[in-house]
Amino acid sequence: MKKIIALFSAFAVCVSLAGCGTGTNEAALDVSGMDTEYYSQLSDKGVELNVANWGEYISDGSEGSVDVIAEFEKLTGIKVNYTTYATNEELYAKMRAGAADYDIIIPSDYMISKLHNEGMLQDIDFGKIPNYENIDDKYKNLEFDPENKYSVPYFWGTVGLIYDKNQITDDNFGWEILWDEKYADNLLMFDNPRDAFAIAQNILGQSLNSSDEAELRAAADKLREQKPLVQAYVMDEVFDKMAASEAAVAPYYAGDAVTLMDENEHLGFVIPKSGTNLFVDSICIPKTSKNIDAASMFINFLLEPEIGLANTDAVGYSTPNKNTFELLDDDVKNNGISYLDDDFLNNHTEAFSVLPDEADKLMSELWTSIRSGE
Amino acid sequence: MKKLLKYIYLALMIVFLYAPIFVLIVFSFNSTKSHSVLSGFTLKWYTELFSDRVIMSSLLTTIIVAVSASVISTILGTFAAYGINSMSKISKTVALNTNNIPIINPEIVTGVSLMLLFVFFAARMHFKMGYITLIIAHITFDTPYVVLNIMPKFRQMDKNLVDAAEDLGCNGIQAFFKVVLPDIFPGVISGFLMAFTFSLDDFIVSYFVSGTSVQTLPITIYSMTRKQVSPKINALSTIIFIVVLIVLVTKNVIENNRDKKLKLNNE
Amino acid sequence: MKKLTSAPYLLWMAIFVVVPLFMVAYFAFTDQSGAFTLENIIKTGQYTPIFVKSIAFAAISTAICLLLAYPLSYILSTMKVSYQGTMLLIIMLPMWMNFLLRTYAWQTLLGNNGIINNLLGVIGIGPFKLLNTNGAVILGMVYDYIPFMILPLYTVMAKIDKSIIEAAEDLGCSRIQSIIKITVPLSIPGIISGITMVFVPAISTFIISKMLGGSSNLLIGDLIEMQFLGNSYNPNLGAGIAFVLMIIILIVMAVINLIDKSDSDDKVLM
Repeated sequence: MKKIIALFSAFAVCVSLAGCGTGTNEAALDVSGMDTEYYSQLSDKGVELNVANWGEYISDGSEGSVDVIAEFEKLTGIKVNYTTYATNEELYAKMRAGAADYDIIIPSDYMISKLHNEGMLQDIDFGKIPNYENIDDKYKNLEFDPENKYSVPYFWGTVGLIYDKNQITDDNFGWEILWDEKYADNLLMFDNPRDAFAIAQNILGQSLNSSDEAELRAAADKLREQKPLVQAYVMDEVFDKMAASEAAVAPYYAGDAVTLMDENEHLGFVIPKSGTNLFVDSICIPKTSKNIDAASMFINFLLEPEIGLANTDAVGYSTPNKNTFELLDDDVKNNGISYLDDDFLNNHTEAFSVLPDEADKLMSELWTSIRSGE
Repeated sequence: MKKLLKYIYLALMIVFLYAPIFVLIVFSFNSTKSHSVLSGFTLKWYTELFSDRVIMSSLLTTIIVAVSASVISTILGTFAAYGINSMSKISKTVALNTNNIPIINPEIVTGVSLMLLFVFFAARMHFKMGYITLIIAHITFDTPYVVLNIMPKFRQMDKNLVDAAEDLGCNGIQAFFKVVLPDIFPGVISGFLMAFTFSLDDFIVSYFVSGTSVQTLPITIYSMTRKQVSPKINALSTIIFIVVLIVLVTKNVIENNRDKKLKLNNE
Repeated sequence: MKKLTSAPYLLWMAIFVVVPLFMVAYFAFTDQSGAFTLENIIKTGQYTPIFVKSIAFAAISTAICLLLAYPLSYILSTMKVSYQGTMLLIIMLPMWMNFLLRTYAWQTLLGNNGIINNLLGVIGIGPFKLLNTNGAVILGMVYDYIPFMILPLYTVMAKIDKSIIEAAEDLGCSRIQSIIKITVPLSIPGIISGITMVFVPAISTFIISKMLGGSSNLLIGDLIEMQFLGNSYNPNLGAGIAFVLMIIILIVMAVINLIDKSDSDDKVLM
């Protein structure tokens, strides 16, 4: 018995030594360009900030990257409670159900409209966010926030198909591949209603924003038809499953595809020519926030060009920050995935807008019934 | 022959129970992210684990919640068992059946029902879901186990003891602390330990009542399994396993020694 | 006077156990605006296949747990007393690991390119589809909940007076006969509490199906979670489903308790 205990304590020592030796291997961040006076306004007030973000959507210090949250805390003295969600709908449920007290959320376009319509967002005081001028004008005055009142773009991107080159050699395919019997049990599908419906709607030639009951039901039937072929409905589980070649093809966001392809040479990415969804995820401050100054400071920090660069490098999505864009490597700018040409973006992509309540409810119910049906 | 079969069965069951954990541990030392191909030895996942702020802060949350909830529910439960024990048959049955509700009810129903309650009051009384709601929820599912652990001790206790103490001049409170408590103490301790471990490990109820700013370790683990999986999670498993192993082995050794001493004393 | 010491706890239970259950019922029978409706219960009816599936999965895994745990507990209870503690510790140790981690471990074992298929590949068979199947979900349930079956079974078996068995064998019973005629009847309270402790969490789980089940294995727990914190926010429907689930479990428990006629004081819960 003593031997076993000795063994474990030896092990514990090993681990703690390893911890000491290489504990600070994160990239050092140069804050010299930042307005430290601005950032130190709240430094000794013991402010806490509740941030909710998508999973895998910030540079978190792993593998030598910048730990953005830690840098923010160090710079401002504000403590950040950072939590993640997997889908817009999950965020919405948490905000509606959980007596949420988020200070920062990063929903997508259509969800921003929905939250705004339901009176859950507050107007942002852009006077407190000097870096807002870094945002490219292309990403201002968008449909979900026509007057730039309550949202600040964080990342944008498109949706496409991640595929395993060892299993699919020809990259000339579109959304229909997700209905191809050849890949039965070998394909993954979005685990959220809006993205899943969009794919079916694209195939059926509908608008991605159709609120017509018959069209929505037709799209639902299409998704039901697909269900026997689907191995699993996933969100960020896509990373693991595609990296380990558990499936041949999966629809997912372009940014994550870039990240995945960086680490896995056997993966490829196709944006179907028939068109796709163009999304913008923007930072918002919910009505429940009581730390508006700190929240504004956090938004401003995310808009710092270097922070934007760290995040872009880590998550692979496309930045709406023109100063960050300047700092990007050319091979990122020209990878053919992150920054598509204007012609494709203008003619072959469609952004989500919020659905009328009836259609929204119908989609949600259809989704539950698809997921729960045999 | 029969004996051999017996040992084979035992061995197979142990393999079944340990294989997944063994695999988790082995891959915590794997130098790549793969969880099916071994490619080299590293301790870097342990380093990353210890510098992961989210994991470390949720570990602290878990400990704070588990300690406060199990201490409060042990006190609450001990007095409850004392009272319930001296109830009439009918009120005793009612009390014990109510006590059983959180044990028998599916955890998801407990979680959802508490969430509905908290949301209802949070909106009206302007408090935030977080530590307070977590601790309340944990006390709610912990205390029934404390009561269940202590009740049998009361049944075994000689009722004359309390009467004797009172005859000799103790008041009710003195009698409780000087006579009753020492007698039921083993039950109190096992109730406390059970409450503590349930609190440490609870995911489902916590998931529904934790609100937005506070995460316990199991909730963090859940969100880790839903993302790009990092071997940090294997490193975490290994450490949890070793801690559990050390605690349980120590507990066992202490108990064995005590039993031996008891035997010696009795002889 | 003494009775009053339980007052704080009883009050606590009233506020945090009884009232919340009434709130579930309230939400189940109202719509978003708070008006009375049966819509949620009727809609819950649409998910009958999910209920049937969840009950079936829970029943099958409970049965497998019983079949696997019974011989194990018997072997354990017939070992030398000094070994029993250590052996029990070894068997229960995995239970103390967080169940999410244990379930996750199976995910990595069962994948198409997981360890089991890799090993099978070495000897030239497979790969088989193991993950994202019904079997994987049941395996996960059995693995996660089997300790809850072993513990009560072992507890009652260890208490059985060995001299009764010896007497029976002296009187000409074979080992098998003595097990059927003595051990099994005497271990019924353990079987009952084992069944309850496996069945209830198995029927209401929402993680195991999610992690091991793939696309077609949504269970009641997942359905409830989806309505509260997931992709289809509708707490009224969620409460409706939870309410029906509670009723089903109450019925199952009542049936089980009919079989169990023993005095409630002797029940083994843990």
